[in-house]
Amino acid sequence: MKTPNITKQRIEKYLEQGKRFDGRKLDEFRELVIETGVSKNAEGSARVKLGKTDVIVGVKMDVSKPYADSQDKGTMMVNVELLPLSSPRFENGPPKFPAIELARVIDRGIRECKFIDFEKLCIKKGEKVWTVFIDIYSINDDGNLLDAAGIGAVAALKDAKIPKYDEENEQVLFGELTDKSLPVKKEFPISITFHKVGENIIVDPTREEEDVSEARVTIGSSKGIISSMQKGDLKALDIEEFNKILDMLEKTWNDIFKKINRNKILESL
Amino acid sequence: MTKEFKRQDGRKPDEIREISAKVGIIPNADGSAMFQSGKTIAIAAVYGPKEHHPRNQRNPARGTLRCTYNMMSFSVTDRIRPGPNRRSTEISKIIEWALEPVVMLDKYPGLVVDVHIHMTQADAGTRCAGINAAAMALAHAGIPMKDLVSSIAAGKLDKTIVLDLDKYEDSEFEEGEGSTDIPITFTGDGKLTHIQVDGHITTEQLKQAIKMAREASKKIYEVQKKALKDSLGGGK
Repeated sequence: MKTPNITKQRIEKYLEQGKRFDGRKLDEFRELVIETGVSKNAEGSARVKLGKTDVIVGVKMDVSKPYADSQDKGTMMVNVELLPLSSPRFENGPPKFPAIELARVIDRGIRECKFIDFEKLCIKKGEKVWTVFIDIYSINDDGNLLDAAGIGAVAALKDAKIPKYDEENEQVLFGELTDKSLPVKKEFPISITFHKVGENIIVDPTREEEDVSEARVTIGSSKGIISSMQKGDLKALDIEEFNKILDMLEKTWNDIFKKINRNKILESL
Repeated sequence: MTKEFKRQDGRKPDEIREISAKVGIIPNADGSAMFQSGKTIAIAAVYGPKEHHPRNQRNPARGTLRCTYNMMSFSVTDRIRPGPNRRSTEISKIIEWALEPVVMLDKYPGLVVDVHIHMTQADAGTRCAGINAAAMALAHAGIPMKDLVSSIAAGKLDKTIVLDLDKYEDSEFEEGEGSTDIPITFTGDGKLTHIQVDGHITTEQLKQAIKMAREASKKIYEVQKKALKDSLGGGK
C-alpha cells in the first residue's frame, strides 16, 4: 500500500530536473477550492479541496470554566479525525499519532499568532468563558492534509457566528446564533509544510510524494512573521537546506494567499 | 386521511423533503456517494472486498459487511463528542442489517467490505439518508447486488400519518398523541430489510404508514438509480 521504491526513485529523478508527475513546479500548490457554510448547524464551517485532498472543518462553541492560569480568557480545542472513509490507510479507533500531531500543529498555528482574541471570549472572569471547538475531518487523503486542514480551520473560524447566551439562566441557546462574528484578526496564519524529497525541497505533496519525503518542516506564519514551526520525520536537514526553506517561505505564502483570496471567502468576511 | 393537518414546513402528509444524490465523491474509495434529504446530508464510502482483520472475525462461508455510522461533531446544534457512542454503535448494526439482504457476500468468503457513513449535517432521518448513500456507494464499488435498497421514515404526528419527519417534528412536536418515527428500508421490489418504531401507533395505522413509505421509496430508488447512471456518464 505504501509507495514502492521504484516510484520513489522516479519521483526523485524528476525533481532533479525540476519536474513533478502532475506538471507542477517544486514550490507550487495544487488547485485550491474553499467553500464555507457547508454544515448549517455548526457555528462556522468550511470545506477545503487541495487537488484531490478534501477536508471538512466545523467550529462549535460552548461555555465552560476558564483555566486557572488565564481566568479572563476563552479556550480552544482542536480535534482531528482521520476517517477511514477518506483513505484505505486509516482505521477506526482512538486517534493515533498522525491525527494527534496534526491537531496540535494546527492548534499552535492558530494560537501562537493570536489569531483569536481570547480575552473577548470571556463572559465572567474566573467563572465563564467561551470554548471554541475546531473539529477537522478528512474526506479524501491525497497528501498534505495538514496544510488543507490549516486553511480550513481559519476559514471556518472566519465563518463562525457566536451562539446566543441566556445570561439569566446561564445557558447557551444552541442552534440560535447571534450576528456577531468570532473575534479574529484580519491577518490570518497560513501553515505551509516543506518536504525534503531526495535532495530537493517541495511543497504540497501528493500522497506518493508525501510517502517518499524523508523530512518535513511545517511553518505557521502571517505576513512574514513566523509564529509556529515543527520539524517532522527522521532525516536531518543541514543549515543550508533549512535556509533554503526559509527563503522559499515568502513566495509560497504569497502564492497561497492569492489562491485563498481568489476564493474570495476569507477576504469578504 | 384526517382533516386538514398543517405541517410546520408546509409539506403535505405524504410529501418527502427535497432529495438529491451524487455518486463518486471520494476518489480514494472503491465506491462513494452523497445523499441529501432536506437539511440532512450523508456521505458514504466503500472499501473492499479486502482481507478481513482481525482474522478471528473472518467468516469462511461468506464475506462480511462492516458498517460504521457516525455523526460529525458539528452536524447538530449541540456538539457531539467525536468518536463512537452507544447510539452510533446500534445504528451501524441496523444499517448492516438493512443492506446485507441485497449484497451478494457469498462471492467473497473470508473477506470484508467496509462501509463508512458520516453525517456532515443532520436534521433527522440520518439513518435513512445514510442507508441510501451506502446502497449507492456499494453499487458504485461494483459489489454484486441483487438490488438497491431505499430508506425513508414514515411517522405519525398527533393522529395523522406522515412521511419523513424533520428535526422539529421528530423531537419537538408534542400536540395530541405526539410524534412517532418509523424508519423503513425497502428493496427495489418492495421487501422490508429494516423497520423501527418509536412512539405509539395502532396496527392499522402502521399498515397505512408502511404503504405510504413504500410509495416514497420508489421515488428515492429512481433518484439513486439516476445518480449511479450519471456517474458512468462522467467517465469514472
